[in-house]
Amino acid sequence: MTGNVAVVGGGIAGLETAVRLKALGWNPIIIEKSSSLGGHVAEWNCLFPDLAPADKLVKELVDAADGIEIHTDTEIASIFYTRKSYSIVLSDGSRFMCDSLVLATGFSLFQAEKKEEYGYGIYDHVITNRDLELWFNTGSDERVPSDPKAIGFVHCVGSRDIKAGNTQCSKVCCITAIKQAIELKEKFPKAEIYCFYMDLRLFGRKYEDFYIRAQRDMGIHFIRGRVSEVSETIDGRVFVKAEDTLSGKPLRVSLDLLVLMAGIVCNRENTTLAESISVQTDEDGFFRSRDNITHITESDRPGVFFAGTCTGPKTIPETLAEARSAAISVDAYLKSLK
Amino acid sequence: MDFGFSLSPSSAVNLDRTDMSLYEMLCDREPTARTCIGCGSCSATCTASAISGMSVRKVLLGIQRGQYREVEKMLSHCMLCGKCTMVCPRGVNTRHLILELCRLYGNSEGEL
Ligand SMILES: Cc1cc2nc3c(=O)[nH]c(=O)nc-3n(C[C@H](O)[C@H](O)[C@H](O)COP(=O)(O)OP(=O)(O)OC[C@H]3O[C@@H](n4cnc5c(N)ncnc54)[C@H](O)[C@@H]3O)c2cc1C
Ligand code: SF4
Ligand code: SF4
Ligand code: SF4
Repeated sequence: MTGNVAVVGGGIAGLETAVRLKALGWNPIIIEKSSSLGGHVAEWNCLFPDLAPADKLVKELVDAADGIEIHTDTEIASIFYTRKSYSIVLSDGSRFMCDSLVLATGFSLFQAEKKEEYGYGIYDHVITNRDLELWFNTGSDERVPSDPKAIGFVHCVGSRDIKAGNTQCSKVCCITAIKQAIELKEKFPKAEIYCFYMDLRLFGRKYEDFYIRAQRDMGIHFIRGRVSEVSETIDGRVFVKAEDTLSGKPLRVSLDLLVLMAGIVCNRENTTLAESISVQTDEDGFFRSRDNITHITESDRPGVFFAGTCTGPKTIPETLAEARSAAISVDAYLKSLK
Repeated sequence: MDFGFSLSPSSAVNLDRTDMSLYEMLCDREPTARTCIGCGSCSATCTASAISGMSVRKVLLGIQRGQYREVEKMLSHCMLCGKCTMVCPRGVNTRHLILELCRLYGNSEGEL
């Protein structure tokens, strides 16, 4: 045996798995299709629930991965299973044998333009949660006005929506909306901020406290009702229609900025990857775990493991915990081969 | 006479035109009002609710939606028994809130 483990994806799940595998004495090889490491987290600014800087977390993980073989701008070109090990050829031409694979290919953000009624890419002041994080990082986005008087957040964009092809709840966007609403209120104290929600799903520790802070200290308004339609006013503002379901009345408001909470959907490449190594994806496109309670990080195929959001929406602490768990499972598997 | 807040008559809610100053004044006097989650425990337990439609939940929502008349009517049925305060999961000081709101209405001398 070689002791090599191919880790597909260099987001936080892939990085953490690789770092742990290395510490356990194995030789992880990270394959990352983009030109940089850190995945989605590298795009975020501050993280819920403590507003910790995302770049610090990514830097710590990348530093810890020092000395690990990493191929960026690279994908798996071909993969064969022979005599209990995998023969892998990468798109950069390199090839190696490995005994085990960890798939850490993450998620895709729902493409908000698919929900045409919300006007993303059509109206001037409609952005996504991702755009807002990038704006927090760079300060440049023409769609964000300099002195907004009213701002809205639309929850569940592309999540919990059969027509959008995703029945699942994305789990992180309620708390992200609250985080971003608080951050915008701090930047624009005079702006009224409205969150339009179907249900507020604030499951994690400290999340409800964050919600209370948004209500009590920041005066953010929570309106129970799904935005049905968005249009643009003659002066270029965003006009929103929803039902205020708690009072049972139709509700209208015009805003200077509308933020769409685009959801976590499966990475479409999972399907091809799954076929090439004979593991399964579920109807929702996420990888299928051997068991959804006891063996989330294991596939049906011995030697192939999962880490992070490639098996469904997860927060960062959940992703990291899973990555560690996957490393332990790989370790046990490799020891069993000896 | 100008009391700093005005009436918004419509069956639809238009937040562009809804005057939030009564709500803001109330929140200044009773900050826990902001943390209501609309759970309805207060109305469910209220003795006056069944016969009069009194509901702290609806009162709080109503003053954010410009429904001042309806709110005033509800308030007039409250007996200040405090059962709603006891059951509220968010610790909203409902009894004090009702009292303060009655004072604000009293000050407005029928302008609402
Ligand atoms: C708007 C938003 C804000 C968020 N904010 C927070 C927060 O504040 N706190 C928190 O706890 N969580 C937050 N999350 C969740 C967090 O982003 C995820 O938990 C985290 O990104 C999961 O990491 P991952 O490595 O599983 O996936 P990803 O971040 O998606 O990384 C996957 C990596 O794999 C690579 N890859 C994909 N396919 C291939 C392939 N075929 N070959 C090679 N490489 C591939 C990708 O390029 C990427 O680098 C947020 C999520 C969203 C949507
Ligand atoms: S976390 Fe909240 S916003 Fe996101 S899909 Fe679930 S309910 Fe909707
Ligand atoms: S204090 Fe008023 S609103 Fe509250 S339970 Fe008693 S009667 Fe009902
Ligand atoms: S019980 Fe408290 S939180 Fe629930 S609706 Fe009444 S005031 Fe609001």
